[in-house]
Order: sequence, then C-alpha cells, then structure tokens
Amino acid sequence: MEPESPALQAPGGPPGPALELCGIDKRFGAVHANRSVSLAVSKGSIHGLIGENGAGKSTLMNIVYGFHRADAGEIRVNGRRVEIGRPRDSIEAGIGMVHQHFMLVERFTVLENIVLGAEGGAMLGRGLGEARSGLGRLGRKYGLDVPLDAEAGHLPVGMQQRVEILKALHHRAEILILDEPTAVLTPAEADQLFRMLALLRDQGKTVILVTHKLREIMAITDRVTVMRQGSVVHETATRDTSPKALAEQMVGRAVLLKVEKAPAKPGAGLLEVRNLEVRDRLGVPRVKGASFSLRAGEIVGVAGVSGNGQSELIEALAGIRVPTGGSILLGGQDLARGSTGLNDRRSHGIAHVPEDRLRMGVVASFSAEDNAILGYHARQRFNRSGFMRRRAIREDCAEKMASYDVRPPSPSLRITAFSGGNQQKLVLAREIDCGPSVLIVGQPTRGVDIGAIEFIHRRIVALRDSGKAVLVVSVELDEIMGLSDRILVMAGGEIVGEVPGSEATEEALGLLMAGVKGDASR
Amino acid sequence: MEAYREIILILAATIRVATPLVLAAIAGLFSERSGVIDLGLEGKMLAAAFASAAVAAATGSAWLGLGAGVAASLALALVIAFACVTHRGNQVVAAMAVNIIVAGLAPALALAWFDQGGQTPQLDGPGQRFLGIAWPWAQAARRHPVPGLAYAELLSGHNLIVYFAAALVPASAWVLYRTRFGLRLRAVGENPLAVDTAGISVNLLRYQASIISGILCGVAGTYISTAASAGFVRDMTAGKGYLALAALIFGKWRPYPTLAACLLFAFADAGAARLQGVPLPGIGVVPVQLIIALPYILTVLLLAGFVGEAVAPKAIGVPYTKEK
Repeated sequence: MEPESPALQAPGGPPGPALELCGIDKRFGAVHANRSVSLAVSKGSIHGLIGENGAGKSTLMNIVYGFHRADAGEIRVNGRRVEIGRPRDSIEAGIGMVHQHFMLVERFTVLENIVLGAEGGAMLGRGLGEARSGLGRLGRKYGLDVPLDAEAGHLPVGMQQRVEILKALHHRAEILILDEPTAVLTPAEADQLFRMLALLRDQGKTVILVTHKLREIMAITDRVTVMRQGSVVHETATRDTSPKALAEQMVGRAVLLKVEKAPAKPGAGLLEVRNLEVRDRLGVPRVKGASFSLRAGEIVGVAGVSGNGQSELIEALAGIRVPTGGSILLGGQDLARGSTGLNDRRSHGIAHVPEDRLRMGVVASFSAEDNAILGYHARQRFNRSGFMRRRAIREDCAEKMASYDVRPPSPSLRITAFSGGNQQKLVLAREIDCGPSVLIVGQPTRGVDIGAIEFIHRRIVALRDSGKAVLVVSVELDEIMGLSDRILVMAGGEIVGEVPGSEATEEALGLLMAGVKGDASR
Repeated sequence: MEAYREIILILAATIRVATPLVLAAIAGLFSERSGVIDLGLEGKMLAAAFASAAVAAATGSAWLGLGAGVAASLALALVIAFACVTHRGNQVVAAMAVNIIVAGLAPALALAWFDQGGQTPQLDGPGQRFLGIAWPWAQAARRHPVPGLAYAELLSGHNLIVYFAAALVPASAWVLYRTRFGLRLRAVGENPLAVDTAGISVNLLRYQASIISGILCGVAGTYISTAASAGFVRDMTAGKGYLALAALIFGKWRPYPTLAACLLFAFADAGAARLQGVPLPGIGVVPVQLIIALPYILTVLLLAGFVGEAVAPKAIGVPYTKEK
C-alpha cells in the first residue's frame, strides 16, 4: 500500500530537495499573487512557509497542488520536472495536501472519505476491505487512530484533521502540505499534531507547514521561508532566527508582538451576568449557569476550545439568542427578560463584533460604506424618513477608514475586496464609533494579518482606557493572555475557572480548557 | 370478491401510472445526487414523448421511437449540463427555459409535420407501440382469482418499460452504494471541493449524471406516448416531471424510499380515477375536480408535513468554482 522509497543520498550526505519551485509567477487580474517565487524543500524535513494573509502562500501551495495553474515557472519533484495542471497530477507526483478548510464529505464515513479518489477498483467492496487493513497499518505506524466507520461530520476537528492526513497518506503522498493546520486545534492537540509531523519526517516524508503563527514555525520546522506581497523575502534555518526577526520579515517593519498596555483601573461594575443558561434549537444546554461581572475599564477574556459555549454566551449577551434562564443585569435592568434583540442591546450601549465576520459581521455583496452602517442604518444621521442619506454615509465611512487605517480608503469598494484585517477594522470602527459602554468582541483577529492585529489590539485597549468594559472571546490563547485583565475559561458550557491576566500561563489555561476544574490562580 | 377485484385493478393501474414517475425520479436522483437540480425532468420527458411518437409513427417501429425519444431527451440534458456545469449557469433558470421551449416546440413541430392539430398520428400499426407481454398461463390463471388475478394483472401483462423501471430501482441502489462511480457521485453532490482535491473531475461526474438522467427521462417520455397511450398530444406529461421531483424529495434522494413515494402518488392517482362518480359511504359522490386534485393535495401535505427535514445533497444547485 505504501512503498518505502529508498533514500536517494548516502547516509550522512545532504538530502536533495524533494520539491523545488523555480520562478513561479501567478496573477489574478490586477493582483500579482506570486512574483517569481523559487523555493527548495529538502527531503525528510519540515519546511515552514510563513507570511501574512495575502502574502501569496496559499496561492503558491494551490499551484503546487494543481488547484491553480502558474503563469510561469516550473515545479520539480525529486529533481524531475512535473507538469501539474490539476490535483490528479499532483497526487500522482506524490504530493498530498491538508487544506485549511477540510475537504471532507461530512455525511460519508471516515473510510469512504479516505478512499475517495483511490478506491482500488470499480466495485467498492474489495477496495474498501483492502483500504481498511492498509489504514490499520498506517494508523499504527504514525499513531493516527481514527474510527473508520464513524460519520466524518460528527468527529471533532482534531480527528477530522487526522482523517485528512490519512487520506493523503492513503493516496501515497511523500510530500505533505498542511495549510494553517492549527487554526482549529487546542494547544494540546496542536502539540500532538506536531509530534505526528515529526514522526512523519523521521520516516522520510517531507512536510510543508503553511502558517502565520511564529510559535509553530519555531517549535517544529527545520527551515523557514518568509513570503511578503507575493515574493520570497527571506529563507533560513529555523535555529538561526527568532520570532521577532521573522515577524519583521513578514511585515516589513518592526512590530510589537506583545500588547502594550498599562495596568487596568477597573471602576464600577457595568454588566452583571447571573446563572445564565442558553439552550440551542434542540434544547441542549450550551451555556450552563454562567456568572460573572464586567467592570468599567477592564478587558475580560473568555478562553476555551471552540464550541464550548462561548459563541452562545456572546450571542445571548448581544441579543441574538434568547437565554433560557438567568439574568443579564445592566444598570439595574434585566436584559434577559422583556425586550430582546440587537437593537435593544444597542440602545443599552452594548455593541458586538461577531465571531464570524463573513457570516454575521458584514454583508459580502455590499460596499464598505453600507457595511459601515449596518445595524445603525436607521439612525437619523444616515436615514431621513426611510431614505438613505448617501452622502452622509459615504463621509462617515471615509472618516472611519481614516481613523482606523483601513486600506484602500475607498468607501464604495465591495467589502470582499478588502483583506480580512481591513474588513475587521471597519467592523470594529462601526461598533466602537457608536459609543458603547460595553463592547463584546468575538475572535477579534481571526483571519487578520499581524500588522492589523497590532492595530486592533491597540484599539481595544484604548477603549478600555477610556473607561468602557470589553469582553473578548478568542480561541487564540496568546491573544487572550495578551489582552485580558481577567481571564474566564469555558469548558462544556460552564465557566470552569478565572485567572488574573497577569498570572495566566498557557499550561494553566490549557488544563482548565481541557475540563480539569479548579481555580488556577490559587 | 368484487372489492378484491377492485383492489387488484387499482394496484395494476398504480403500476402503470408509477412507471414514468419512477423512471423520472431515478433520473432526477442521479442528477441531483451529483449536485445539479433536475427541474428539466418535465421538459426532457415531453421532448422524448414527442420524438418517440413521431418516429414511431413515421417508421412504424416502437424501438426506433425509443431511440429517438432517448436521443431527444439526452440532447436536452446535454444542453442543460453545458449551461449549468460548463458555464455555471443558474440550474433552475436553464431547466425551466428548456421546459418552456419544449412545451411550445413539440406541438408546433407536430403541427408542421403531421398537420393534426399539434398531435402525432395515432399509433395503431403493428410494432408501433410497446404492448403488454402476457406471462405464461396468465389467461388461465384468471379463472382462479386468488392468486391468479393478481398474477395476471400485477406481474403479467405489462410492457417492457414497466419491467425495466422495476429493475432500475435495485440497480440504481447498487450503483449508488456499491460502486466507485456511486461513491464519487454521492460525494460530488455533497462536497465537490473534496472530490476535486481528491483528483477527480467534478464536471465529468456531473456530465455523467446528466447523461444518465437524459437517458432515463427519454425512456420515461417514450413510455408516456408509445406505451401508456398511442401517440403524442400537447402537454401530455402533465406535470409528471415535477411530481417525480416531489417523490425524489419525499424519498430523501434514496432509491427505495423514492420508489415508495412514486407508488404512493401513483396509487392516489389510480384510486382517484376509480373513485370518480362512485358514491362513498357517508360522503356521497365526491366532486370530480376534488378527486383529480387529490394526488396533488397529497403531495403538498406530505411534503409540508411528513417529510421532516429534507436532507438534500449539500451542494445541490451550487455551480462549482474553485474560488471561495
């Protein structure tokens, strides 16, 4: 099932490149996504490819995987030139890819997903049987245990990722590309993934890790290539560089990796949540009796593995979901009872930056200026008895773009033409500019590049310093630890611990997130 | 005994009515499982009904008629696929366009070629129609109503296309769940990106599915004009394509439940035909309009109330592009 390829070099000699890219060039209309990119990845190594969103990493890897065709340049695998025009060519050249958004058929079993495209014959019966035993062997060899008969869509994401890796190995991949593999994993799962990758490398496979997280590059790669604006700007052995140096190469200027902020001066309690319970459509409790308070002038972070009730919590606070129990007290009034809805929350001074920007934060087909007033469109400023005041809207958007450094500053441009970071800055501008006393932010920097992350964090801290309360939910522990004055940890719908921001460590939070109860501060 | 006779006759009629529904619904199943909405069932069937009747009338051969019916339906299927798969057009619009064109074009061509008010000539010559095949001893069996009448009416006496439709359902289930093609077909309707990244052509699969749908609709249309009746008349598919689509949804895009839904609709239709003018105990004679509407009322009720959450193939109706 899986031929062991003999080592090409004598032991001790430098291993030759498994994959070479020479002068890859690619344009999408006016965008020059890859500018004559050359790259060599040694056999049996883990090679990091790092860069901001939009630096061209994904385009480059999609060219290698046959998803896009390069305008110019050539690809060599094990020293031999290959023509890659579609994924089939790439698979036949021994390249496998684990995409950022998993390519699984959710209603299929794991086994069906893995054999798709390599079924071993026109009839399924025999091929499935052979695949089953072959996968057992592969699983044992690489410590990749997956339940072959489970429905893929029901598996936790960490498991789905293993399915993707097994799928690539089943398709006989010798070179494995992983695109942002840790975006959906807990720190513990990420470590497990890294151990798996190290094992694959030690067995002679070549791994390319595409990421924007410096920590991962430092932790696992042998060499690293930095891309910026479509070009390779730096390449080095990982041991010869530092996170700071890499970050500067990525952004092209010095950046602050840590959030700079003065100690918080918390004032009076603004928002008090008591025993909040939220059930989903099926009646399953998602938030189970959460209690906490938000004070003026502080940032409270909510840490947790994605899907442990954080989304439901902020949706209840923002008025999107109606809580099934408990109370949300703001200025002596219980928001959980009586009138609900986002407009009601806005009138109480609660603003909300949703977790999923493209699903809830913006309307993808709208221009930037229309997106910049969403939810506030009925206000007198933008609206005169039902008619939109186009000029006021445009001027308002131009102002927001100037003060939040949104690039390009063109209010009439479609929102999807902006990068993730610039979209998020505009959403943040919209929610902050209406003068809320409480800001609820879900995943403030998801899909946002480093430069913009720094900016967004500064804005959130500035809001705190002006005496407002901020609740931040994020799956990025670094972000939670950097921003928060207090950290709440959610697991299984409950708040399982509270840690002062200054004392939090990744290990302590990780334990709480994994559901080990207790107060890590004591 | 009279009630038994009546029931057997209704069931026999059910089989005859169900045949084009089953063929069309299975046609739709292949297409929709691949992710292409098959609203064009109606138009493809109507085109096949006209082409087969016209060719059978002209040549005197039902088999040549079948060939022509399949060819006409297949041509339309390829037109829709070219618009929707190759050029990523709107599947609903493309299919409805075909339906409307066929509804107008078929009677117009019939008028031009045969000059009989938009119909094709009566098919009454030998070999112009698909006729029932009597099984051995069917006539003799009628003398012993139980189970002889059931044998003679339900098993024996149907034409080839009915038996083809009956065999089609298990065959489709086998293709769908036991073969590589079936696996890929199911996958492409759920997540075409997964299929593409596994190195399989999304468009090729969707064309293959469209071709199967075209062929089966061709057979269904041929049945309507050359087996169930003796010639083409205007709008003779009478919404059967949409009814088949409803059965497909009711059957949750699975072969056997879809068959069951087709039989249910057909039973309502056959029963309604028999109920016309018959006084029912306690109700009296039901207005004929209501009886004719019964299968459609049933459809609406079933679809609205009893299907539960329809589990359509996830990517249905979405043209495939690599860009997100």
